[in-house]
Amino acid sequence: MQPVMIDPIASPHAHDRFNVDWMMRQVCYALLPATLFGFYLFGWPSLVLWVITCLSALITEAICLIIRGKKSQLIARLSDSSALLTGWLLAMSLPPWAPWWIGVLGSAFAIAIGKHLYGGIGHNLFNPAMLARTALLISFPVQMTTWAHVLPINSAQAPGLIDSIGIIFNHQVPADGSTGATALGHLKTALSQGLNATEILSSDRVSPASTLWGASSGSMGETSALLLSFGGIWLLALRIIRWYIPISMLLCVAILASLFETIDPQRYAPPLFHLSSGGLVLGAFFIATDLVTSPSSRLGQLIFGAGCGALAFIIRTWGGYPEAVAFAVVIMNAVTPLIDLYCRPRIYGHRRKISRQSTAHPSLQPNSVSEGKSGQGKEKNPLVKPERP
Amino acid sequence: MFKLSQLFSPRGGVHPELHKQHTAEKPIAYASLPPQLYLPLRQHAGAAAEPIVKIGDKVLKGQPLALSAGNVSAPVHAPTSGVIVAIENIQVPHPIGLLAPGIILESDGDDKPVTNIDTGKTNGDLFQEPPEQLAKRIADAGIVGMGGAVFPSAVKLNKSRQKVERVLLNGSECEPYLTADDLLMREWAEDIINGARLIAYITGAPRSSIGIEDNKPEAIAVMTKVCESFSDIDVVVVPARYPMGSAKQLIHAVTGREVPSGGRSSDIGVIMHNVATARAISQSLRGGLPLISRVVTVAGGAVKNPQNIEALIGTPMRDLIEQCGGLSHDPARLLMGGPMMGQLIHSLNAPITKGSSGLLALASDEVNATPSSPCIRCARCVSACPMGLMPLEIASRAKSDDLDGAQDYGLADCILCGSCAYVCPSHIPLVHYFQYAKGELSLRSLEQRKLEYTRDLSASKEQRLIREAAIKAAEKAAKAAAKKAKAEANKKAREAKAAAANARENQAGSEVQSNTIADAAETETL
Repeated sequence: MQPVMIDPIASPHAHDRFNVDWMMRQVCYALLPATLFGFYLFGWPSLVLWVITCLSALITEAICLIIRGKKSQLIARLSDSSALLTGWLLAMSLPPWAPWWIGVLGSAFAIAIGKHLYGGIGHNLFNPAMLARTALLISFPVQMTTWAHVLPINSAQAPGLIDSIGIIFNHQVPADGSTGATALGHLKTALSQGLNATEILSSDRVSPASTLWGASSGSMGETSALLLSFGGIWLLALRIIRWYIPISMLLCVAILASLFETIDPQRYAPPLFHLSSGGLVLGAFFIATDLVTSPSSRLGQLIFGAGCGALAFIIRTWGGYPEAVAFAVVIMNAVTPLIDLYCRPRIYGHRRKISRQSTAHPSLQPNSVSEGKSGQGKEKNPLVKPERP
Repeated sequence: MFKLSQLFSPRGGVHPELHKQHTAEKPIAYASLPPQLYLPLRQHAGAAAEPIVKIGDKVLKGQPLALSAGNVSAPVHAPTSGVIVAIENIQVPHPIGLLAPGIILESDGDDKPVTNIDTGKTNGDLFQEPPEQLAKRIADAGIVGMGGAVFPSAVKLNKSRQKVERVLLNGSECEPYLTADDLLMREWAEDIINGARLIAYITGAPRSSIGIEDNKPEAIAVMTKVCESFSDIDVVVVPARYPMGSAKQLIHAVTGREVPSGGRSSDIGVIMHNVATARAISQSLRGGLPLISRVVTVAGGAVKNPQNIEALIGTPMRDLIEQCGGLSHDPARLLMGGPMMGQLIHSLNAPITKGSSGLLALASDEVNATPSSPCIRCARCVSACPMGLMPLEIASRAKSDDLDGAQDYGLADCILCGSCAYVCPSHIPLVHYFQYAKGELSLRSLEQRKLEYTRDLSASKEQRLIREAAIKAAEKAAKAAAKKAKAEANKKAREAKAAAANARENQAGSEVQSNTIADAAETETL
């Protein structure tokens, strides 16, 4: 049992309205439009899976806190919405009709291994939701790449609530070809069959217009680039996230995509397709900007965002997985401590960026007295602190 | 507009809720004469003043009660006429109510000033006097930095004489609630400008500027108008952003230059004084009365009628609160100064001192005391830090007692402004960690110096021993040489004795004797 820390009464004696609970809640609100749209597109099964994933995240959080002997923090930690947010983000990135155990396993992995093994909130190296998603994708590739067709909740073929529970719990997927590939997956398969990128993308199913609005197969919450951008702008307006990561990430993908499209439009998709498809927008606004796992300084955040964008583009284009954002973010998470070490802001009054030697304040350096050792320095009483204005 | 250079230059700062409207539109009130005044001997940075009065002494208004002790110190004067009733440990503004040495003066109600002050001084006379003499008079008047730093003004003036190109008056007053400087600039603009000109005259600076935040339009208008009649002094409007009142930030905003780390503002040719200090300098040099009163903002949600009030130094805080209508309910926190960097005070029995710019009785909804939670590395503190530091990294190192690590991240450059803790969503008491780490570091450097001193002592002892041994050896050698010489002399003498005639025997004997005496004397000295 840790000793109870009592906060000292220290200045400043004022505070702005920000607190962790509020920030996490705002992120949840920002996710809401895209999530509701996901429920509409993929029907009741996606809602059931979302509930399961979020609930298991909360339950795992509670269990981990109890195991770690932090029962006293139980209510505080569960009510700060951070566990809910992890579960929510994971659900957003899962195939909408994935079986229930994918959600449970993913959430448990995210919270227990991705977060609490590192020391709980604020100490994790990797974004828990993305760590869980990559673990699931590697471990269960079939379930994680079975994408339901868009089947709006009010359409005739859409399963009802009871059917949906069957789909999620017993995996009774109606056998009438209700699954298909995502836009990125479709592109990759078609390209490998020697088709022309321009032709593939001119088909209605994977046109930039449909991916932008989001009426295409894909993870539950990542299809609508437009609604996700609204959420992202909301977070930017509230200054919960800064623009450095999302903009540098999106810009980097756009630049790389334009570059390669100019080189060979037959083999490389145009930038708008890259920007609007897959988890890029979700990743740029909600995942790469994860406060805990991204760098602290402006320069660091720009580098981090650009790295995420570049890796996402590279893995999408030449890697084995068409859905690359999770990998890109997790890899850049691993680099974050290094970026933080080297990308410190310049300190006021210092000419260059600080290095290990130059930081120490001259007046605090222990040898500041030894200079005056000879001569009169010896007569000085060392017990009297010199006056320093 | 975003500029690429911003990526690499610290900016930071926060925009706290200002709460200034409650006091900014009321003129400065004047406090009534309190029955007893409590005068701490240490109201300034540096050594405490030494009392020169005894219990029972009758003193007049403006009479020195304690003189400055040492190079960095300031005298304390009687704010009114009366009798010294005690020289003992008294209540001072302190977070946990520790006592400190001070003088208690019982007012006789006459408020009779000392007679030997020359009130008839005109500005023309002042600018004829040698600067050193003016600085001396400022020192004798007990004037210290009234913005809160309470550094003796004369010391600052003397240190920067002939080194500065610009006098910068600090009228930014970025702390929430406080409006004392704002009202001073509106009501005492001429004295402030005159003070600036005197400071410029004393330091030899060719020009002066007054930095005022853009949220004080009335003050800017009044000050600009007064400045118009002088060509070498101007008003610089700076954006309102905490901590604009910090010397380093205001200098950067006005001049575009940064004070080098570990250096002083005079290193880049600037001397900064608060507007209240400038007024005190002008009034004291012209009117002759030393620093015995100041304007205090009495505010906060628990104060019924918040306002600015000019009070005698030593007035108990309770008296001031009473004159502002008293407290409407129990305050959650009592502060001296502003809410961002102000000092917690234990009780209202403590007096107003030279550095009390504000007296705040904050209600609980103004304090927002939320318990802290773990850091989520949101880096809001990094964006808020006006010094370009990474407070989260420094705090995490200070927390685990990794002082070198904290220093490596620039702890020494921290100005303790509290911007980071103000924005921290986890409500981590960052400033507390920094204060702790700074304290530990200065303790450590003290230890280090002790160690060096001891090492010095033992080294010099060793050297002394070596030196003495060398002297001994030299003397031994000399002695041996002398012995040898003596022996030779004896030998010679014997030879001579043997060879020479009897008549020369006496002479040789006396030579031997003198040698022996010298030898003995030498042995004594060892």
